[in-house]
Amino acid sequence: MGRALGLLVFLAATWLLLSGIYDHSLLLWLGAASCLLCVLIAWRMDVVDHEGTPLELGWRIIAYWPWLFIEIVKANIDVIRRLLRADPDISPTLVRSRTMQRTDLGRVIYANSITLTPGTLSIDIDDGKGILVHALSLEGAEGVLSDDMNRRCAGLESDRLHRRAQEDQTP
Amino acid sequence: MDWPVIVSGVLVISGALLTIVGAYGTLRLPDIYTRLHAASITDTLATFLILAGLAVPSLVAGEWLIAVKLLFVLIFLWFTSPIASYSIGHAAFFTAQKPRLDHDLTDGEGGTA
Repeated sequence: MGRALGLLVFLAATWLLLSGIYDHSLLLWLGAASCLLCVLIAWRMDVVDHEGTPLELGWRIIAYWPWLFIEIVKANIDVIRRLLRADPDISPTLVRSRTMQRTDLGRVIYANSITLTPGTLSIDIDDGKGILVHALSLEGAEGVLSDDMNRRCAGLESDRLHRRAQEDQTP
Repeated sequence: MDWPVIVSGVLVISGALLTIVGAYGTLRLPDIYTRLHAASITDTLATFLILAGLAVPSLVAGEWLIAVKLLFVLIFLWFTSPIASYSIGHAAFFTAQKPRLDHDLTDGEGGTA
């Protein structure tokens, strides 16, 4: 129930920011009605869970994004440098990264973070073996093996998220 | 010229140049995986620079709702583009498009290492 309320607040904020209408009562009511309808449909589809509305991530994910952004910029500069040589300076490498995350949500965040930073690309996720990563350079692969991002993504998962994930799996 | 126009112009033009670098890399590199790396420059930093360039003048003019919409665009793009890249890489890898590798740090999963 609290999660549905969170989704409603989030949807209402999105509606208000996108429409920019604050003084037209009919449109405001219609906006509120459409937000409610969306929550109802999501409720009936049974997707209002820890993955659809991951409120448990909270401030941790907000703190993670600036770090990820800086990583993306650094990785971009590295890949651009390698590309702009007369003979591209690449040494394609395949590597497995053992995931430290406890929930599927954490693993997805980690895999997407890997793909989002240029120079590394996640190809396959296997619960037992970890994430298969293709790196543009040996240095990039070693960066993945240093597990810095892996640890940070595992740090996103609060104990509450872990509990909710287990509850959602066994209804 | 006003400074917001200059800042915005510099950002948009550098974003456009990075898009060209991404396109050049996509043509220049040898196989689908390395090409995806080049394409992700266009997906990430180039997109950010262009959207930031578009947001600067509206922020200076106090039209912050426009900047928020551009931020939404950036967030949606950065949430979805890695999933598309993953799908392409995953599909290629499991349809026998083995990558050309210089190093294979797995237990020979790359096939022709």
